[in-house]
Amino acid sequence: MSILHTVNKSPFEKNSLESCLRYAKNGSAVLLIEDGIYAALAGTTFENTVATAMSELDFYCLAPDMKARGFSSSSMIDGIKLVDYAGFVDLTVEYEKVQAWL
Amino acid sequence: MKIKKCLYVNRRAPYGTSYALEAIDMVLIGSVFDQDISLLFIDDGLFQLKKGQDTADVEIKNHSPAYRAFEMYDVEKIYVSKEAMAARGLKRADLLVDVEQLSDNRIKELMDEHDVIFSF
Amino acid sequence: MKFVIQVNEGPYQHQTADSAYQFTRAALARGHEVLRVFFYHDGVNNGTRLTSPPQDDRDIVGRWSALAAEHGLDLVICVAAAYRRGILDESEMKRLGKDAHNLAPGFRISGLGQLIEGVVLADRLVVFGD
Repeated sequence: MSILHTVNKSPFEKNSLESCLRYAKNGSAVLLIEDGIYAALAGTTFENTVATAMSELDFYCLAPDMKARGFSSSSMIDGIKLVDYAGFVDLTVEYEKVQAWL
Repeated sequence: MKIKKCLYVNRRAPYGTSYALEAIDMVLIGSVFDQDISLLFIDDGLFQLKKGQDTADVEIKNHSPAYRAFEMYDVEKIYVSKEAMAARGLKRADLLVDVEQLSDNRIKELMDEHDVIFSF
Repeated sequence: MKFVIQVNEGPYQHQTADSAYQFTRAALARGHEVLRVFFYHDGVNNGTRLTSPPQDDRDIVGRWSALAAEHGLDLVICVAAAYRRGILDESEMKRLGKDAHNLAPGFRISGLGQLIEGVVLADRLVVFGD
């Protein structure tokens, strides 16, 4: 039963992403929303952490939250997929449960 | 009513926020619904289980005795992260209830085995 | 698919209520059933009709009420969290001897059992919080 993990905190402020990655099993997915989107940016001190995790987990980022904060797909780590709210809904259907790392 | 395997994930320290208190309420009510309940304490949630909490001087209700009452509600599966314990310098003797210590790798499976995850 | 949405934070301070609203709207637009939106912790503050945001800001409470009216959504406020924070309907105002009530249209106050029952009946629980 694979899990969609949501992370809504900036990795610069809270350990939500770190905890999420510690407990996310191979084949599950991480969706970055709200301030969590800063983890999707290329060129940060967390890029390596995320890029490494991407070998085992699918990464998604909520486009409206990224756009609101002044970033676009061109700022993102390669391989992270952008979704809108409809895409967010589809991910919660595709994965069997949702764990929010608040 | 259908029985689901419910995992309550506690990640926050007590008193700084009310999440710990509300998680207790929810566990007790969940037990009335005859759901299959497990509790998991990771990150700062472990501090909820610290022995010797005394809230007299902060005038907030000490909710820690509730953890010892869980057994009466047939809530007996209480898991903690071994790594999170070590990271916080906590030992089993520091905790006010009997817990099962699991490795973080085992916890990945535990989350997987449940139907629903409630996060606090 | 059947969803239960849990909202843990009040309006305006956190994006929580906005994210939960956008998700709920998108789920309905996708043809899913939202069995219940459960407001818990400070999330109960989404249910006061006394909020008065400036004209150029979104009306978070009004938006929930409108969505409930349009889709017959069940917006449930956790009773224990609500009483602590001063969210009351008319009958509870009388019972508790208070001088005002403030529950917004489309919301109802009930117990945590409503969350658990919803989750048992639903296919997915999606939690928004801080």
